[in-house]
Amino acid sequence: METVVNVKNLVKKFGSFVANDHLNFEVYKGEIFGFLGANGAGKTTAIKILCGLSKPSSGSIMVAGFDVYRESEKIKKNIGYMSQKFSLYDDLSIAENIRFYGGIYGLTTPKIKEITENYIHELQLQNYTKSMVGELPLGIKQKLAFSIAVMHQPRIVFLDEPTSGVDPITRRQFWELIYSEAAKGTTLFVTTHYMDEAEYCHRVSIMVDGRIDALGSPRELKQQFEAQSMEEVFIKLARKAKRSDG
Amino acid sequence: MNYALEIENLSKAYPSGVKALEHLSCKVEAGSLFGFIGPDGAGKTTLFRILTTLLLPDEGKVNLLGLDLIHDYKKIRQSLGYMPGQFSLYQDLSVEENLNFFAGVFKTNLADNYHLIEDIYKQIEPFKHRRAGKLSGGMKQKLALSCALIHKPQMLFLDEPTTGVDAVSRKEFWQMLHKLRDGGLTIIVSTPYMDEAALCDQVALIQKGKILSINTPQEIIKSFPLQLFALKSTDNYPLLKVLQAEESVHSVWLFGESLHLSLKGNLSIESFEADINRRFPQLTFEVEEIEAGIEDCFMELMYSHGNRS
Amino acid sequence: MRDFIIKEFKQIFRDYRSMVILFGIPIIQVLLFGFALSLDLNDAHIAVLDRANDEHSKKIIRKLDASSYFIVDTYLQSESEIEALFRKGKVKEVLIFENQFAKKLHNQGHAAVQIIADASDPNTANMTVSYTQAIIANYQQELLTGNTLAMNMKAEPLFFYNPELKSVFMFVPGVITIILLLVSAMMTSISIAREKELGTMEILLVSPIQPFQIILGKVIPYMVLSFINFILILILAFAVFKMPMSGNIPLLMAEALLYILLSLSLGILISTVSNSQQTAMMLSMFALLLPTILLSGFVFPIENMPQILQYLSHIMPSKWFIIIIKDIMLKEAGWREVAFETGILMFETFLFIALSIKKFKIRLA
Repeated sequence: METVVNVKNLVKKFGSFVANDHLNFEVYKGEIFGFLGANGAGKTTAIKILCGLSKPSSGSIMVAGFDVYRESEKIKKNIGYMSQKFSLYDDLSIAENIRFYGGIYGLTTPKIKEITENYIHELQLQNYTKSMVGELPLGIKQKLAFSIAVMHQPRIVFLDEPTSGVDPITRRQFWELIYSEAAKGTTLFVTTHYMDEAEYCHRVSIMVDGRIDALGSPRELKQQFEAQSMEEVFIKLARKAKRSDG
Repeated sequence: MNYALEIENLSKAYPSGVKALEHLSCKVEAGSLFGFIGPDGAGKTTLFRILTTLLLPDEGKVNLLGLDLIHDYKKIRQSLGYMPGQFSLYQDLSVEENLNFFAGVFKTNLADNYHLIEDIYKQIEPFKHRRAGKLSGGMKQKLALSCALIHKPQMLFLDEPTTGVDAVSRKEFWQMLHKLRDGGLTIIVSTPYMDEAALCDQVALIQKGKILSINTPQEIIKSFPLQLFALKSTDNYPLLKVLQAEESVHSVWLFGESLHLSLKGNLSIESFEADINRRFPQLTFEVEEIEAGIEDCFMELMYSHGNRS
Repeated sequence: MRDFIIKEFKQIFRDYRSMVILFGIPIIQVLLFGFALSLDLNDAHIAVLDRANDEHSKKIIRKLDASSYFIVDTYLQSESEIEALFRKGKVKEVLIFENQFAKKLHNQGHAAVQIIADASDPNTANMTVSYTQAIIANYQQELLTGNTLAMNMKAEPLFFYNPELKSVFMFVPGVITIILLLVSAMMTSISIAREKELGTMEILLVSPIQPFQIILGKVIPYMVLSFINFILILILAFAVFKMPMSGNIPLLMAEALLYILLSLSLGILISTVSNSQQTAMMLSMFALLLPTILLSGFVFPIENMPQILQYLSHIMPSKWFIIIIKDIMLKEAGWREVAFETGILMFETFLFIALSIKKFKIRLA
């Protein structure tokens, strides 16, 4: 299996505080990988490093075939990012948003036009071509944001709490979109602290106090921790945490 | 029956004309833990703002603790505890200063009412000199709850108290709510998390400003109209695509690691399974009949209300 | 109420940004305005058209040149050169000694020096002229002590480009006016908007606390701080810039309090229409601060404005307050002389307080 993210002995220190303590994991092509942990467990620090926004203290880290120390600019061209807040411009139309982000990633104008038409067709946005993005229903906005995050065909897409707060049907439609993207060979790296989102991932890792304390498919982890749900797995792990979050 | 809250035909539109709440009616028993469960944008916050006298409804009648919501708002304000959606605390005041301030606003003081919040407050008391802005999500939540309880309210409104809080704190928070409820307090809580429905005495499922169903969580689950099956396979996505195209499928949804399937009419699952296996031999899956959860019910209700987005 | 005020003070003192706005910016502004203006008067280049070319005119020129304020480095032959010289911008002032200056002084007892200043920069022009006048007066004084004969030199200033220039020590009243407005209006509106943003306003509204208590709780701390600020600027103006301080001080303080109250009520009014700190900030900046700077006569003389703007300037509280401070500080006016302006400020204060209490909602939206 092709490895898209390869992390060996990642350590990140801020002074004497060890935010990431010897992390080791691999993420494969076409995989939906859940990156879980309580607030303050060190998730954000690790993701910043993987996106090339911050340098690790030590360890060897390759993302999309590039080295985070030397090739962070190349990494940025080969990843996509979508946060909970959607990062779309509310006062631009759908086409204008697509054109803007297409421009950022250096897509040509005919290519952008083609993508725009495809998206409007695939996501059934025909009724919304004249509306500003701010007026779109939440679910549609979310799907559009995701489509924009993958339009430059990145090898890996980082999703931050992608489906928190949306209704259950929209949420499933969104996961379908994620699965279909994974089926095309894109890797999806999902960070969340909502355990029901974790259930949808192929494999998940759970961070506690800067370390990865559990790694495996949700089914394996539930067996390993004798739990009914990922929520229970998480609670069992978090009870051991020293860095208190509450 | 003694109702702490009676809502009749409540409607409210935003200035833009979009309807936030449409003809909403429900009753909440005194001393119960009542949950409004629905996604973002369902109208939960608008409803809570109306019930806490912060917004006026366009139409409808609300009776709260035997008082009229609009005319007796001053009296109502004295007996309400309210925790808005974000933990509304003064970030630059310490834990203790926040509590003292809110006690002062309600013309009481921390010493007199310490017993009311003791259970919750003692968990954060070791940090009482820390600024509220520097607390973790779980601790902020506990402090906000303490502040909302300091004046001994008769009714507590909590708008999405568990959003942005990790699983452990969430669990502890519900335990606190149960304890308060057992002490006789009427609690009204809103949440986007379907799994929290089971923790309420009664729930109203709310979507696009309308109530889909009001009942005990057990009754809502019992009223799920169809047989429900969980399908497990090594690769759910191709299986999902195949099932979505099947005529005889009523609904099929991704559900974590499995798919939840219900069939039209009284087609037997065995014959359906055999049929799929025959036509798509490459798909391997296991079938198991399961009891519906609140989320299944919510989706079924959305589906039957024609709310499919 | 007491809790509210204590809380407010704690928040202000803990937020280093508000402390900077409160005390840093006023001091920097006063120093900036002060030094930017007074620095210009080091080595200002001046030109001379000496038609007399006699004993006294030469001595005066030498005296001017010897002072640290001026460098006399251009000697003109005719008045026609003046305009061109000013246009080049190197020379700030031209002195013209009339014919037979010394003779007239001795025989008739008076003689004239014309001072022509480039008033495109009114403040500098003002300074150069008054310093020149002072030096000439000083020379006159020296003559008198050695000579019993009455000799009177008259320096006649003539302002180019800006004939009615009026701005001696304009900057201190102006800075006070702006700072008080900035601190009072902007800080209160931001602090109320912050409570809305954080959601604490929702809790306060739901509590039995009355709207006027919330308003008072916000007003009192900022009133105290603004007043301290006012005193600080006065001390600074007096100590660093030798601002005359001979007027009626209690009256000045009372007027300052009135103006602070007015600014605070404006701040509350702004906060009733803004739901975020950013909106509050932008509104205070554009709806209050800019018009204050532009229309109060602090930077641009009101007399030179188009008619419409002149009318507009009449509603600016800052305009009236600048007049009041100047009258009290510079002209030693008593309360009678500033009664009209005070009346206007009082009226506006009542108006804004009434409006903001009316607009301050007991509910959201």
